[in-house]
Parts: sequence; C-alpha cells; structure tokens
Amino acid sequence: MTALPPRTDRKLGLVIDLDTCVGCHACVTACKGWNDQAYGAPLSDMNAYGSDPCGTFLNRVHSYELTPPDGPPQVVNLPRSCLHCDDAPCVTVCPTGASYKRAEDGIVLVNEDACIGCGLCAWACPYGAREMDAAAGVMKKCTLCVDRIYNEALPEEDRIPACVRTCPTGARHFGDLGDPDSAVSRLVAERGGVELMPEQGTRPVNRYLPPRKKGPAPVVQPLQRDEEPTGVAAWLDRILGVF
Amino acid sequence: MTHQAPQPELSPRIADEVRQTTCYMCACRCGINVHLKSGRVVYIDGNRDHPVNRGVLCAKGASGIMQVTAPSRLRAPLKRVGPRGSGAFEEISWDEALEIATGWLKPLRETAPEKLAFFTGRDQSQSFTGFWAQAFGTPNYAAHGGFCSVNMAAAGIYTMGGAFWEFGAPDWDRARLFILFGVAEDHDSNPIKMGIGKLKARGARVISVNPVRSGYSAVADDWYGITPGTDGLLILSLIHLLLKAGKIDLDYLARWTNAPCLFGPDGLLMRDSEDRLVVVDRRSGKLVPIDAPGIVPDLGAEHDGMRTVFRHLAERYLSDQYAPEKVAARTGISASRIRALAGEIATAFDQPVTIHQPWTDFRGERHDRMVGRPIAFHAMRGISAHSNGFQTARALHLLQILLGAVETPGGFRFKPPYPKPFDAHPAPHAECRPGQPLKGPHLGYPRGPEDLALRPDGSPARIDKAFTWENPLSAHGLMHMVIPNAHAGDPYRIDTLFLYMANMAWNSSMNTAEVMRMLTDRDENGEYRIPRIIYSDAYASEMVAYADLVLPDTTYLERHDCISLLDRPIGEPEAAADAIRWPVVEPDRDVRPFQSVLIDLAVRLKLPGFVDESGQALYRDYADYMVRHERKPGVGPLMGWRGDGSKTGRGAPNPKQIDRYIQNGGFCIAHIPPEAAFFKPWNSAYQDWAVQLGLYDRPLPYLFSLWSEPLQRFRRAAEGHGPLQPPDHLRARLARAMDPLPFWEPPFGDADAEEYPLHAITQRPMAMYHSWGSQNAWLRQIHAQDPLYIPIDLWRKLEFQPGDFVRVSSSTGQITVPAAPMAAVNGSTLWTWNAIGKRRGAWALDPDAPEGTKGFLLNHLIHELLPGSGAGRLPNSDPVTGQAAWFDLRVRIERVPPQPVSQPVFEPLISPVPPAPRNRP
Repeated sequence: MTALPPRTDRKLGLVIDLDTCVGCHACVTACKGWNDQAYGAPLSDMNAYGSDPCGTFLNRVHSYELTPPDGPPQVVNLPRSCLHCDDAPCVTVCPTGASYKRAEDGIVLVNEDACIGCGLCAWACPYGAREMDAAAGVMKKCTLCVDRIYNEALPEEDRIPACVRTCPTGARHFGDLGDPDSAVSRLVAERGGVELMPEQGTRPVNRYLPPRKKGPAPVVQPLQRDEEPTGVAAWLDRILGVF
Repeated sequence: MTHQAPQPELSPRIADEVRQTTCYMCACRCGINVHLKSGRVVYIDGNRDHPVNRGVLCAKGASGIMQVTAPSRLRAPLKRVGPRGSGAFEEISWDEALEIATGWLKPLRETAPEKLAFFTGRDQSQSFTGFWAQAFGTPNYAAHGGFCSVNMAAAGIYTMGGAFWEFGAPDWDRARLFILFGVAEDHDSNPIKMGIGKLKARGARVISVNPVRSGYSAVADDWYGITPGTDGLLILSLIHLLLKAGKIDLDYLARWTNAPCLFGPDGLLMRDSEDRLVVVDRRSGKLVPIDAPGIVPDLGAEHDGMRTVFRHLAERYLSDQYAPEKVAARTGISASRIRALAGEIATAFDQPVTIHQPWTDFRGERHDRMVGRPIAFHAMRGISAHSNGFQTARALHLLQILLGAVETPGGFRFKPPYPKPFDAHPAPHAECRPGQPLKGPHLGYPRGPEDLALRPDGSPARIDKAFTWENPLSAHGLMHMVIPNAHAGDPYRIDTLFLYMANMAWNSSMNTAEVMRMLTDRDENGEYRIPRIIYSDAYASEMVAYADLVLPDTTYLERHDCISLLDRPIGEPEAAADAIRWPVVEPDRDVRPFQSVLIDLAVRLKLPGFVDESGQALYRDYADYMVRHERKPGVGPLMGWRGDGSKTGRGAPNPKQIDRYIQNGGFCIAHIPPEAAFFKPWNSAYQDWAVQLGLYDRPLPYLFSLWSEPLQRFRRAAEGHGPLQPPDHLRARLARAMDPLPFWEPPFGDADAEEYPLHAITQRPMAMYHSWGSQNAWLRQIHAQDPLYIPIDLWRKLEFQPGDFVRVSSSTGQITVPAAPMAAVNGSTLWTWNAIGKRRGAWALDPDAPEGTKGFLLNHLIHELLPGSGAGRLPNSDPVTGQAAWFDLRVRIERVPPQPVSQPVFEPLISPVPPAPRNRP
C-alpha cells in the first residue's frame, strides 16, 4: 500500500460556488478537452455514437432536486471531481504506488506508468471521483491541471485549471486552501464553505460554498392594497401633483 | 510503500499554433482560441479579449472539436436516386450539382421568381442571403425568426427600438434586481451566465419567472413557477400595483416616451403642420413640438377632446381586472407573491443609481449626471413563443419603461447598432417581376396596412403569408408555414424549395410527421407537390433525406463568415463590435462554404449585384464579398480597418481587412465615449457617434412608443377605416390583437383547455443546441436520454413508477415517451429538453442510439394550423407577428408501463455518410 506525504507545503484545490453554478457543464467539456491532450492517456469515448456511450470524464455535474420544508422545491447543481484529500484513501489503497499525493502542493495524481488498472482506488474513493479509462486501462482522475498551473508554455493568466478558466458564471475558484490569507480561503470563510462528506474522514481540500437562502427578500414589504379608493382622476391628481 | 513522487511533465505543449475565430456551436457568437497541432484541432477555449465571452466558454463551445470531426459531416454534393425521404443518394461533383441548381433556378427567375422559396434557418449571414434573394427577385425569403423569437424582436423594436439579447443587455455592473422571464438558455448563453455571476458576486437579487426551475432559474434567489402563457397577465398586474403605489418614473416618461402625446377618437397621435408630434408644455400650457428646447411635457394634459397616452394608460392598468387577486388563479402565482414581487421592484426603484457624467439630450438640454433605476429584465422564447407573445413582450417593455429602467444606469441597455426605431428600418418588399430584382429587402417593419405584402387582388404575395392581415407585423417571416403552404398551393404553388441550415423535416417544424408527408406527397400527375428541393447543411440531418439536391456546407471552423453590423452583430452596451470566422482548418471533404456557393450560383444566374455589366463575377467568394461589398458607399459588411486600415465604420474597402481581423483575434470593437454610454436614443453624443460609425446617416432621436401607432393603424383598418381593408373573417381578431396598448388574453391553445388540461413545453439545455449536439460525442453523453418531466403531485396521483412511459395526447396527435417526476415545476406543466430525439439513420448515430429509440419530439402534438380555422388555414401563430406558438400546447396524459421504444416510430433513413467509428480515439 502507498504512503501519503507527512505534510504538504500547500493545499491547492478548488472552491465551487453552489449558489452560482447553473449546471451548464462548461467545466465538464473544458476538462475533457484539455485532459484528452495533456496528462497521460487520452480520455476515451467508448461506443461514442451508439446506444450506451461511455466516456472518461474527470469532472461531472449532477443536478439534484430538493424540497426544503419552508419553501418551494429547488434544483442544486453539484460539480464533482477529485477533492485532493489530505487523507486520500485512494492513495493508501494503491498496491503499486501509482496513486500518490504531491508533497509540494497536495495534488493527488496517478502515475499511469505504474498503474495496473486494478481499480482499488476507485472503490476506496467515497466521492466516485476516479474513472477507469476503458481504452487505456489506467485510472484517470482530476489532476488539478498540474500541467497547466505550472505550464511555462501558457500565458501566466492561463495557468489555472481548465474548468476554472472556462466557468461562465465564475463559480469555480482555484488557490491554496492551506494559506488562510489566500483569496479562496477568505471566500470559504466568508461564505461558510463546507467539506463534502466530512464524516468519511478523508479531509478533502476542495470546498463547496452552499447556496444562499432562497425565497422572498427578507426586508421587502409587499405592495399592499391601496388604502384610499382613488379612481383614475384622483390618482392622476395625486401622482402628477408631486411630479 | 513509502511516499513516492514521480515528476510529471509540467509544461507540455499541446499545440503548435493558436488561431482565433468565432464559435458557432450555438447562436451566441463567442470568441474562441482554436489550438492546432500539425494542422489538426486539439483544443478549444475562450478568447479572453473577446467582448462576448471574455475568455469563458460553454460546454458546447469546448466540444467544437467533436463537431469538426463528427462522422455525420457530409462529404460531397448529393443527388437523390431513391424516392424522396428515403435517404438514397449518389455523390456527384460540384460542377454537376451547380449545373443542376442553375438549370432549375434560371427559368424560374426568367418567368416567375416567386416560384423559388429560399429560407435559411439559423443563418448568421442574413444580410447576405437576403441580398441574394433580393437579386434573384423572389419575395419568398426569410430566416428562422418566425419560429423562434420574432415576438420578442418585433415587440421591442416597435416599443423602444430594440429588444433583448442581440439588441441589448442588462447593466450587470449596476443592477440591484434582475428578473428573468421564461428564458431559453442559449439566448443569451455565456453573457447571461457571466452576468448572473457578476450579480451574485455583488449580492444583487436574481428572480426567475419560469414554469421550470432549471438552469438560470435554479440559481435565482427567488422563483415564480408561473403557468405558461400567463406572463403578460402577471406583468400587467405588476404594472397595476406599481402605478397605484406611484413607483413609476414620471420624469422619464415625460421626457423620453410618447406618454405625453395626445390623441382623440382616431387613436393617432397629434402632430403639427410640419408633421411633428406635439405635447402640452406644463410651463406655458401651450402645444409645442416634442423636440422643442426647454419644454416640460405634461403627462396629464387634455386638449380639444384629446387626452395623453399617459391618461389612457393609467385608465387601463389601474382597472381592477389587473389586481393580483384577480390574476392569481390564472397565473398560478398567489396574490401575496405578486405583491411581494412588486414590492421588490418598488424597493429597487427607490434606490436610484447615479453616474456623475454630464450629457446633452436631443432637445439641447445639458444634464449634469445620469440617473437610473437599478432594475433589469431579460426574457426570450418562454414568453414569446405563445400566440399572445407579442403583447406579452410589449407588456414587459412597458414595465421597464414605466420604471425608467431602459438605457439608464442599472437597467437595460442597447447594444449598437441599436437603438433603432421601427421607422428607421425598411418596410417589407414583395412585389416581384420576372428577371428583375426585388426593389428592396424582404423583411422589415410595416408602419401600417399600406406596407403589407399583398398582391393587387389582395392575396398574399409571399408563400409564408408574412405581412398579411393574418399576421401583419411578421418581421421575420413564417418559415414554419412554408412547407404546409407550398404543399397546399396556398396562396400559390412553388417550384423549388431551397433551404439552408433548417431541420424542417424534424425538430424545426410543427406537426413533424405530417410535414414529412407533405414533402413526399404527389399531385394528381404523380409529381411531387413541392417539385424540387435543394438543401444545404454541413451534417446528415433529417432534412437531408428530403432533398433532391444536397449542397454540403463546411463546418464553422472551415469557413469565412462575418458577424456583421448589417445583420446580427455582437455589440455590447458600451461598444459596437463585429467579427469574422475564417478557415482555421481546411476541409478534408469535397464540401464548400454555402455563402461562396451562393455567390457561384449568382454568377451563373447573372444576378445583379454579383456580376458586372459584362456578366463577370464581382466577387471571387464570400471572403471577397465580405471585404469588397458596399451596402452604401463606404459601409460594408465589416466595420473594422477600412480605407487605409485606419478607418472604423465608414471607409473604402481594404483588401487587407480580413488579415487585420485575424491579427486582432477575429473581431473589431469600437468603444462608445462615456458621455454617449446611456440614454442613447436621446443622447446627442451617442447619435453623433452612431452617424460617424455609419450606423445611421443622420441623428435619429425618437420617443419610446407606449402607444403604438402602427398597431392602431391596423386596428382602424379592422374597424372599417381607410382604403385597405382586411377580409371580414379577420376583422374582429385584428381589432383585438392590434391593441396599441399591451393587453393580455389567453393564448389560442387554451381553447383546448377543458379536454387537455395540462401544458407541455420544452426548455433549451445549456449543453446542447437544437439538433446539432446529437452528433457530438461529448455532448451526447450529457444529454442523450431525456424523459418528459411530470409534476410530482400528478406523478403520484397517476401512480407512476420509475421507468414508466407516459402517453401524451393533444388535439393534434399522440406520443408515448419515457417519464420522470419533478417537483420544481409549475403544477400543470410537463416539460422536456428541446430536440433530443432524432430520427434513426440521421446524424450518423447507431440505429440503437437512445436519441432514435427513446428520444422524442413534442412537435408531433403541435398543429401548424389553428384548430377550427378550416379552409382559412390560419397559422398556429401569434396574430400580430406570426411567431409559431409552440408553447400554447395543451395536452392530457396517461400512465403507460415501460416500453422498449418511444412512439411514434418512423422508418430509419438511409444514412448519406458511412457508419461512425465505434470508439474514440
């Protein structure tokens, strides 16, 4: 089994704003496009034009309906990808050392050369964030675009994960969650960002910002029935009188 | 095993070149960076400098790589060899294809140009395709607006000189309240998402009024799950409440709208001897021209039996019929919720936004600042695709104008070339003569009955009956009626139907099965009732199978295009902008860009404007046309780098223009000076800037039309006034529909309400554009399967179980399709994603692909004619504009146990392209 680093210098990760995510899947295909070309084997699509198309995606968006007790039903869109856990069970379960967590930035990666495609890591991940590529036979997962964020061939402003760069609503944020003064850490503090499934004890790095409370604006008074019965002429006098 | 950390390659180069062009994965027109390796597209992301998307890109945009490599791409011109509709073709050469087309078209032009019907679907080159049709001389040209959102466009143009989306945008940086009505999520795609992100980051309120709480509605702070077709009633109730509470901007109304204009019994606005609108000046009490310096127009005036528009308006909307308690049941929104919504609007109204920027209005008055109400609206197909959609869209524009929230800080802002009043647009032209071009553009904005497209005997001049008494203001034509009318020979038979990029044999037609029959139906002589069909598309869509001749187009990455100010440009509220596409990769098939093919055909047909006096071609191809064509001296399709390269807007053609666009990332932007950035219809600095840029030839200040005179002119005709008179059977309908003040009545579809109590609508998914996405290996993994969503209470009541199907019946037809429950939806509304279903054999999908087995269309349930209109064959459309009333649909349902396939099932088409490879890569 594979060891985790005792500590990481930084905790790079994503902060995903569920109040703003419209579920457009832009991050899904931007991720697919970049990672089809970059890190490791391409992301295959089996039966691509057939009855049960089955491709490898490192990031997917799920939409859930929920009906709160005190309001109308809602739809919440939940983008899901690797959370780069501090106590990553997918790493410790790996029999070959292919899965590993980087000491310098906390990113969890798969060394595809060492991956035997046993799939144990996918079983161990409580988030379903790993996908076995059916063509390459190796485990694929979010790399946090490790080959973009340090990529000297890219303009500096593009050295962010593809999903973050493309997100039209700006619901995805990238940064060092180990630094309490980073923009992402401050955002998490301001908005009460949460871990996904903390009870699993994986200590994920990524955070989700919960949807703001929905419903009528708290301070607004509804326009009440007019007290005086006016008629059009009286209304005109009143309204134009003050004009 | 101890911690091991191999070092991955951190700086790979996935591409050796990046080329910047314009996306066409939907209609949004974002700037894209196409990354190429050895000439092959490897990655697409957003252009950070582009005014539309500022670097972001949607799911469709990033999946363009799967579109440009789709197995459904047509490979060569096709000639039909089997029965029409079978899909049996042989590949032919371009020479042969163009000879055939010329052989069909030339005699028509010489004898009866109207026998060519040329309709161009989701065309982004309408100023060019329209110019071609005008040169050919047929009156029968339009694009797809008639079945899309012409109600929104026409209501906006007639009311305020522009509408939503391409015409304008919310002031995302200043609005405190943003209200969305019934949006299709591709109109607008990335800009609205970016805007919602900005609003949320500032803590502004977002409210959605939509029967379905998905997408943008899902993130809205509050949601009003309205009953389809009743938005107009809700809006008029909001107007009622805001009027009563005095939350309207009187100063704005007095200065910038026709609220202070006067009219008497004829309903026509009072003018002076020089034909200028007049108002009563509050200071002097005298009648003065509306543009006189220093006046204060009196909103409450009465003069000589005439009263102001404002008085009429107040009388109508203060009426108790619009009280929330009266409209609650119909709209499905409780009276207290309506009051709460009005309250939110009133609260934002009371927090004006000020920009300390002096400006001068068209009366010469200098203002020291710009003040607005921070309330912005956006709406699209959801409210407009109803038979009451025009007046509903008018009502929404009236609401924003009453609030003083149009072209003011925090409100809705026009994008150049808008604002542009209806009377600065052309009127429609339809008079055709053999061998001659049409005298002007086909589409326009009628001012009154004299602008209708009628023949001397009063019959419709156009095959789609646009601009007739049935739908006088059909500014985008009625593409959805072309095939039914051509089949019926009503108003006349045609010879050749020439379509581009419009899937009329599937998702773009109402009553699809019947339309497929019409396309293959034969007359008493055994000839096809529509004798010839030419179709151009890049892909093996369902419509391809119904063509006799197929002209294969390139994909959007293999072609030149211009996103032109003459057409549907990409302006922003603070800039005019236009853009190009250019071949960032070369086609690997025997295909040609459609616009260049049209130029080739025009030369073969010797069409004026395309050949010189000796018959020689004026343009080599579309790229050459984009650069050298001039609509008027110095003004061409592209505004940037004209003349010696230093001129923007006006200037001589510059042979290096396209190179300059490419160097600049594929677009050109011309910023509006700060002094001209708001109050554009009345702002002298804006008007002068627009003239300089070539948008207008002289300043065109105008007033917003709360009272619409063109509508009143039609209503007067319906009431028996004037020389041009409608047929008697349309008088009552016209007199009602052409109300010059917005009103609400139930959509025509509600006639079926008793037998069919439920509504059924579609929503546009954000990750799939119409039918185009089905061939896309990535996007179809997001949206290949699609149930009909049933409100949860109904689901339980009818004891549906997971996996069940639902039989849906309307007065037109029946479908049996997969069902699923949903809670966040109006309780009487079923819905599904638009156009996921495909016909087997199309789009190079496997025969067992779910799009063909489980996918479905609601179209089979929607008739193209109004039930009961009999021989009159009235379209199932808005009576003002002819917009297809898709969302009027009424249905009933029953539970059906799980089925292997959806119904109806059609014969599979023979695919014109080889089977797709199984896996990728």
